Amino acid sequence: MSQAETATGGGPPDSRARPARAVWSLGLFRSELAVTFRRWRTLALLAVLAAVPVLVGIAVKIETSDGGSIGGGDEGGPAFLSQVTGNGLFLVFTALAATLPFFLPMTVGVIAGDAVAGEAGAGTLRYLLVAPAGRTRLLLAKFSAVLAFCLTATATVAVFALATGALLFPTGQVTLLSGTSVSFGEGLLRAMAIAVTVALSLVGLATLGLFISTLTNSGVAAMAATVGLLITVQILGAIPQLDEIHPFLFTHYWLSFADLLREPVYWDDLLKNLGLQALYTAVFGSAAWAGFGARDVTA
Amino acid sequence: MAQIQPRSSRRRMVRYGVPVAVAGVAAATVGLVPALASSGDPDLPKVSAEELVTKMAKADVEHLSGTVKVNTDLGLPSLPGGSDGGSGGGFGGPHGPGDRAGDGKSEKPDVSPGSELTKLASGEHTLRFAAAGPDKQRVSVLESAGEYSLVHNGRHLWAYDSAANAAWHSTAPKGAHGKKGKGDDAAGPASGVTPGSLTPQQAAQQALKAVGKSTSVTVDGTAKVAGRDAYQLVIEPKGAPESTIESVRIAVDADKGLPLKFTLTPKEGDKPAVEVAYTKIDFGSPDPDDFAFTPPKGADVTEAKPHRGSAPGGAPKAPGGLAGLSGAKIVNESAGDWSKVAKIDTGMPGGLGPAAAGGKSGGGSGEQAQKLLDGFTEKAEGDFGTGRVISTRLVNALLTDDGDLYVGAVTKEGLVKAANQAAG
Repeated sequence: MSQAETATGGGPPDSRARPARAVWSLGLFRSELAVTFRRWRTLALLAVLAAVPVLVGIAVKIETSDGGSIGGGDEGGPAFLSQVTGNGLFLVFTALAATLPFFLPMTVGVIAGDAVAGEAGAGTLRYLLVAPAGRTRLLLAKFSAVLAFCLTATATVAVFALATGALLFPTGQVTLLSGTSVSFGEGLLRAMAIAVTVALSLVGLATLGLFISTLTNSGVAAMAATVGLLITVQILGAIPQLDEIHPFLFTHYWLSFADLLREPVYWDDLLKNLGLQALYTAVFGSAAWAGFGARDVTA
Repeated sequence: MAQIQPRSSRRRMVRYGVPVAVAGVAAATVGLVPALASSGDPDLPKVSAEELVTKMAKADVEHLSGTVKVNTDLGLPSLPGGSDGGSGGGFGGPHGPGDRAGDGKSEKPDVSPGSELTKLASGEHTLRFAAAGPDKQRVSVLESAGEYSLVHNGRHLWAYDSAANAAWHSTAPKGAHGKKGKGDDAAGPASGVTPGSLTPQQAAQQALKAVGKSTSVTVDGTAKVAGRDAYQLVIEPKGAPESTIESVRIAVDADKGLPLKFTLTPKEGDKPAVEVAYTKIDFGSPDPDDFAFTPPKGADVTEAKPHRGSAPGGAPKAPGGLAGLSGAKIVNESAGDWSKVAKIDTGMPGGLGPAAAGGKSGGGSGEQAQKLLDGFTEKAEGDFGTGRVISTRLVNALLTDDGDLYVGAVTKEGLVKAANQAAG
């Protein structure tokens, strides 16, 4: 610890120097955001995410158009599917529950994995570093852009689900899991809280992806490694014999967002989820910082 | 600075030290915090077992809310396919025998409390419990993206299953209301299952009923449960070698006298067969709105048949299935409380399929069925004839070829002995 303190204290005072820095990093963040969201790949990923709730909504509508019910109320299909016909708002929850295990994290893995490695692979990373922004600042800008993507991706699913649900199904009083009915407005608020929770659930994976991205010069390799890791963790999480390690897998509390639909809200797992994501962010964020700061950038 | 080349190697080492330190701190937090929270049994004045039991009996906590974790590992034999349906049956859910007639392909989902209780007989479940006086209780079984709620408010008992969007309603007859006894469940309408019967309090009271000469009750140290100081009451069978039960542990709140944790450990294996424990408890008054239930729009509502309330077998059950089955007869009254065996005439001689033929192997399909049967039962012989024993960690059952079913929390030998007594 003391060594670290002396190192930062005795280092060159470049971190506190110019007043123009704040403007600089805002500009850097803005340009990162533009780079991320102007890509065709990003737009294609968002389009795929938007298509999921629309398809689910149409499928449910067709299936129930002859008065039948979905799945008999029990197992089968993503959570909340059987409630969609009663209230269109539930399509938001269904869509998030359906995309959270794989679609959403996969897109986050692609964006996060490509963030640094993609620049390195394209030979643009060194030009970014030539600008007087510093590596830490660049990493922070990249991280913020990935976080913005997490939020955008979740919001895309939620908004398209809400629109589809409102168009195809009745809306009105929302029945919570506990059997309590609340107004549509409160239901909408809870849906927003759920969307934010889902976005935050992805932060751990996003940081992990960014860390992997700093290790390699190949964007494809970083994406594949991140998504592969996601699949591995999902598989580990499904093996009951490994339940000792399950609470430490970043996917473990993902579906706890449903607890926001209880009355009163059951906070235990939600807080555990946020804590776990913060833990992953701290560990892999600092690892990315250390690795990237000390790395030879040759491309 | 804007550097393409990294800094010196010494600074590189420092840099790598940061994530290692962060990981270390994280690991320490994850590892130490729960350890610190659970370690250090509280220092409490010594009490005798009688004092503690009295304290429990006097406990008058009517307002509380909390989270309860139920962990059940009864070691039920796993049947190929559809094991869910039958697994709870042997332990006599609160249903009368005829109640389940509509099961299976019934049109309305069965959301009555009985069918839900059988689900609690295996695995880990989280329950939320709230009570405000003897007339208002609510318990919710938290499922992944679903919830099963049971709300008792005055004469009304509602059950709601969010996955099926179906509700079940039962009303107590007018006279039955307001009769307040020990425990929360005295006024329990209909099937006798009230939210109260799922708390550690209820489970502990059931176990204490079994106290007699054949039981040793001691206080064994203290513990911290749900952040509260508690005494540990240990109940062990005395002189009952045939009992499958090793011990029952009840953690009693040192201040309120409320049981906070109930652990039932069988002799076989060290993992508890049943563990019911508060993980969080709050003695404040819960929101009265929590007890007002109106079935949500579009929900299927099933009304309970009004006279079912007086049906036998409606007595609240301890989650461990300690209580007897309806219509059962105790065959070995002379035995200690812990070795009692109940006999039920199933009225279907022939026992378990091909076994009735005395092991004579028939065709190919018969042999297969025989193998299947051998998979989860054991042959037994005695004065009662022959039969088959179905074993779990806690309760064993012997079905004779004459169609008699002997059930008890005793070992296979104890079961055979009791059956011999009954036959002879």
